[in-house]
Amino acid sequence: MATDQSAPITFRVNGKDVEGHVEPRTLLVDFLRDTLRLTGTHIGCDTSQCGACVVHLDGIAVKSCSVLAVQAAGREVRTIEGLADADGPLHPMQEAFRQHHGLQCGFCTPGMVMTAIELAQLAEPLTPERVREGLEGNICRCTGYHNIVQAVLAGAAAMRQ
Amino acid sequence: MYRFTYHQPVTLDAAVQLASSTEDGSYLAGGMTLLPTMKFRLANPSDLIDLGGVEELRGISEGDGRLRIGASSTHAEVAASALVADRMPALAELASRIGDPAVRNRGTIGGSIANADPAADYPAALLALDAEVITNQRTIAAADFFTGFFSTALAPGELVTAVRFATPAQAAYQKAPNPASRFALVGVFVARHADGVRVAVTGAGPYATRYPAFEAALDASFTPEAAASVPVDDAGLTSDLHASAAYRAHLIGIMAKRAVAAC
Repeated sequence: MATDQSAPITFRVNGKDVEGHVEPRTLLVDFLRDTLRLTGTHIGCDTSQCGACVVHLDGIAVKSCSVLAVQAAGREVRTIEGLADADGPLHPMQEAFRQHHGLQCGFCTPGMVMTAIELAQLAEPLTPERVREGLEGNICRCTGYHNIVQAVLAGAAAMRQ
Repeated sequence: MYRFTYHQPVTLDAAVQLASSTEDGSYLAGGMTLLPTMKFRLANPSDLIDLGGVEELRGISEGDGRLRIGASSTHAEVAASALVADRMPALAELASRIGDPAVRNRGTIGGSIANADPAADYPAALLALDAEVITNQRTIAAADFFTGFFSTALAPGELVTAVRFATPAQAAYQKAPNPASRFALVGVFVARHADGVRVAVTGAGPYATRYPAFEAALDASFTPEAAASVPVDDAGLTSDLHASAAYRAHLIGIMAKRAVAAC
């Protein structure tokens, strides 16, 4: 069945059902930013390399610049905005980035945090080397990797407590 | 990205039917190559036939002494599969080093081999592990599947449904990755089977191929030294901004030696 372009598609974004009209060619990142105004998810490179646009789709980290919005229909999308309530405490990974100064300009941070959360949820033990491998698809143009790695290790430890 | 019509079939038959009934339709697997290519307007399919909902393309199983990996299996699924890790850990290791985690969460084995990127990792594994590519129409030996630069034996509309690998006695894959993309500058897959050693190289030329000189040397003596002693001609190898043909030829020897050492 071809997707009827006139029909609204239901998404579940950060725990809330959202209806939207999207063209098939609309990228998930553009739907999140332009339609839902969830601008925490960034577009850094547009060539699928930088990882600033990483979100979770059914709990799995994906580059939302390389997924069509229609492919997320009926599925659970989680963005950086969905990690903590506006007035509540930060997610442990966000708190670790704050504590360890895991950001400089901050542009790559949402993608770093979303990737780091998936990494922390894997069963294997995390070492600095494993964290660096896990962040292979996330580029920090400030090159602030050292503190990011420290933050991910601390955030993962906090999440596992 | 140009406009296209999006389809989400849930059966193999429906997917194939759509491909034959659309003007210039394309299958969409993980989309890790196709969608970026469409964003650059380098591809303009009239229709995208998303394979994500086709259950028949999923699953990793074993039968007739071969490991069967469904075409829609992601690199992350292959890397994490206990069955793959037990039967051919070299393949799980290869999958765990494709691209980056988010790419591995979406990219699929079927999509990778149908795309036939000259620097993709899987083609070397298919050739060295004597794989069969199963399509909706027939079974194609890996040796006949990769036919050129981004070219395969697939007919228009023909869909890869699974890949079946022969279990080796020993195997290892070593690659020199491009530091940015993690594509293989050169990747060498060495597999020791009951009937002999197979050595396949990806990244070095227009498409992955076996290297009979290495196979003969390793049949005689399965040692890193034997691999290192094989001369490699750089004629026909790729020269680009990442590496010269001579450097790629050099890397083939180094990666072959390391792969044998890792077996």
